[in-house]
Amino acid sequence: MEAFNKITSAVAALDRVNVDTDQIIPAQYLKLITKTGFGPYLFDSWRYGPDRAPKPDFELNRPGYENARILVSGRNFGSGSSREHAVWALVDYGFRVVIAPKFADIFHKNCFENGLVPVIVSDDVLEQIMIRAKEQPGWALTVDLEAERLDDGAGFSAPFVVHEDPETHAFRRYTLLNGLDEIGLTLRHEADIARFEAARSR
Amino acid sequence: MAPRTMFQKIWDAHVVRQEPGQPATLYVDLHLVHEVTSPQAFDGLRLNNRKVRRTDLTIAVADHNVPTDDRSGGNVVLEDAVSAAQLDALARNTAEFDIEYYDMYSPNQGIVHVIAPEQGRTQPGMIVVCGDSHTSTHGAFGAIAMPIGTSQVEHVLATQCLSQSPLKTMEIRVEGALPTGVSAKDLILGVIARIGVDGAQGYAVEYTGEAIRSLSMEGRMTLCNMSIEAGARVGMVAPDETTFAYLKGRPHAPQGDEWDAAVERWRQLPSDPDAEYDSVLIIDAAEMAPYVTWGTNPGMAVPVTDAVPSPSDFAEQQDRDAASRALEYMGLEARTPITGIALDRVFIGSCTNSRLEDLRAAAAVAKGRRVHPDVYAMVVPGSTQTKLLAEAEGLDAVFREAGFDWREAGCSMCLGMNPDVLQPGERCASTSNRNFEGRQGKGGRTHLVSPAMAAAAAVAGRFVDVREWE
Ligand code: SF4
Repeated sequence: MEAFNKITSAVAALDRVNVDTDQIIPAQYLKLITKTGFGPYLFDSWRYGPDRAPKPDFELNRPGYENARILVSGRNFGSGSSREHAVWALVDYGFRVVIAPKFADIFHKNCFENGLVPVIVSDDVLEQIMIRAKEQPGWALTVDLEAERLDDGAGFSAPFVVHEDPETHAFRRYTLLNGLDEIGLTLRHEADIARFEAARSR
Repeated sequence: MAPRTMFQKIWDAHVVRQEPGQPATLYVDLHLVHEVTSPQAFDGLRLNNRKVRRTDLTIAVADHNVPTDDRSGGNVVLEDAVSAAQLDALARNTAEFDIEYYDMYSPNQGIVHVIAPEQGRTQPGMIVVCGDSHTSTHGAFGAIAMPIGTSQVEHVLATQCLSQSPLKTMEIRVEGALPTGVSAKDLILGVIARIGVDGAQGYAVEYTGEAIRSLSMEGRMTLCNMSIEAGARVGMVAPDETTFAYLKGRPHAPQGDEWDAAVERWRQLPSDPDAEYDSVLIIDAAEMAPYVTWGTNPGMAVPVTDAVPSPSDFAEQQDRDAASRALEYMGLEARTPITGIALDRVFIGSCTNSRLEDLRAAAAVAKGRRVHPDVYAMVVPGSTQTKLLAEAEGLDAVFREAGFDWREAGCSMCLGMNPDVLQPGERCASTSNRNFEGRQGKGGRTHLVSPAMAAAAAVAGRFVDVREWE
C-alpha cells in the first residue's frame, strides 16, 4: 500500500448525500478479477449517456475537475454495500482523498485498507469547501495528514480527522502515513493466534 | 462479572489480542467465500506467498453470477466472459488453496447466506464473516456475523482473524405480536422507514421482544439480513428453542453428546437481564403493516395502504431533494396510492426471502390464481436444497400452474450480475433487500416487499394489500 503524507490538488465537488456504492461502481462492473482497472467505470450511470458520451451535467465531467485527486461530497458517503470495488474505482480513477462530514461504516474501513484517505470535517467546513470547489472549479487544496490540516494557501484552513474516534484516528493516521496493510500488522502476532487456537481445541 | 450483552459475550470469547487504541484481533469461526469478492484476495495471498490458515473453517460457493435457467445438463456456458472468469478463478483458487467449494452443479450450492445455516454450519456464539454485505443474516442464530471487504477477506484467509474496532450495541425491542399478514420483511422495512438508512450506523443491533421470539428462524434471518440496510454492521437474535430445533440434525451441527454440550453453552449466550445497550428502540408490533418501498433506498417505504409521499412532506432540504430524485428515477407521481402502481416484473428470491418458508408464503397466495398477463414473474429458490424441498412438497407445481417461472438457485435478479436483469424503465416488485438505482439492471425500478405481497402483486399486476386476500 502506498504511504500518504500530503497532496495538493484540485477538488471535485459531488454535492449529494448518501452517495451509495452502487452509484460509485455499478454491479455490472464488479466482475474484473484484479484490483485495478475500475476507474473508467466510476459513477458509470451518472457519468455517461446511453452512447457512453460523458454527460456534461454530471459533476465530475465539469472542466476544471479533470485532474482532481480530492473528492468532496455529502454525508454518509459510500453507503450501501461492502464492495471494496468502490474504493478501488475511486483510487484507480485517481482520487487519493475523499472529504465528507461522515462516511458509511464499511466504506470507511475499506478506505484505510487501500490508502484512500477519508477526510472528515464538520458540516460548516464542508460547506466552505463545497462552495469553493463548486464556484471555482480547479480550486486547489492541500491535505496534510502529518499536520492533520487542510489549507488552500489563500486563507482557508481547517483541521480534520480520518476517524471520529480519537484513538482510531491516531492508529489509522499512523497506518496511512506508513503505508501499512493490516495482514502485515496481524501476522506480527502469529504466536498469539496459535496460542488462542491451542486453548480452544483443548 | 458485570452484566454483558450477547454481543459482548461473543466478542470477549474471540479476542486474540487487544492493544489500547487499536482494533481488536478477533478469531473467526466460519469464513464464507463467493466468486465476486474473493479473486483479488487470493491474488493478494499469491503475491505475498501466503497460505490459507484454516481451510477447515472456510467454504466457498458459486452464487452471485450463476445463471438460474436449467443447469441439470451440467454444461452451462456463461455468455458473460467476466462472470465466467470469476467462477473459473474461484474453482482454481479453491483447488490451489485446498478449500471446499460448491460449484453451480453441486447439490450444496446456493446463496452463501442460505446454505451455511441450512447445512448447520452457522451456529450460536460464532463469529462468521463473508465478503458480502448481507452476512448479518447469520446473526439470527445468536452469532456475530459481519460483512467484510476484499482486503479483509484476504486478511481472514491469511490469519483466520479479523481486525475490528468495537461496535456500539442497540436493542430493538419489538413488543406485542405482529398482525396477521405482516411478515418479518414488513417488520424490518418498517423499522428502516422509521430510523432511516443510517439509523443504526456503527451499531450491532440485537432484536428482542415477544414479536421476535415468535418468529421462525427464516423470519429472524430476514430481519438480521436487512439490518445492514439500516446502517448496522451486525444484526442478532438470541438463540432459543426455535434455534436449537432448527439446527438439530443438520449435517454440520454437533451430534450426540457434543450436541448436548453445545446447547448447554448456547444457553449462556443471551444478554444478561440487566445488561445495558448503548441505545434502545422500542417498537409496537401491532403498528406494523405490509410495507412497500417507493424510492431508491430501503428507508423510502410506506405501508401498502398509503400513497407515494411528496418531497414537500420532508422537513430537511436534502431529504426533499433525495425524494424528488427518487420519484423521478422511479417514474412516480407524488400522492399515487401504492395500490395504484402497476408492475412489469416480480422477483421472488435473494438471501432475504428465498427460504422454504418464504416460498410457502408466496405459493399460498399464488395457489389457484394466475399471474397477470402484463407481468413476468420469477421464483428463484435460495439454494439447491431449498429447491428440492420445495419441489418435494409441490410448490414448484403451484408456481408453474399460476404462471411463475420456477428457476435454479442463486442470487439472480437481487443484483443482476447474471442474465436476470430488469430492462430500463421496467418496474419490479422484489423480495430482495436493495432498491438502489440500477440495482436490478440499469434503469430498472425496484419496489421491495415481502414474498406474500410479491406473489399477490404478480397476480393483480399492481400492488395489493395481501391482508385482504387472507
Ligand atoms: S442474494 Fe443479493 S444480497 Fe444476498 S448475497 Fe446474493 S447478491 Fe447479496
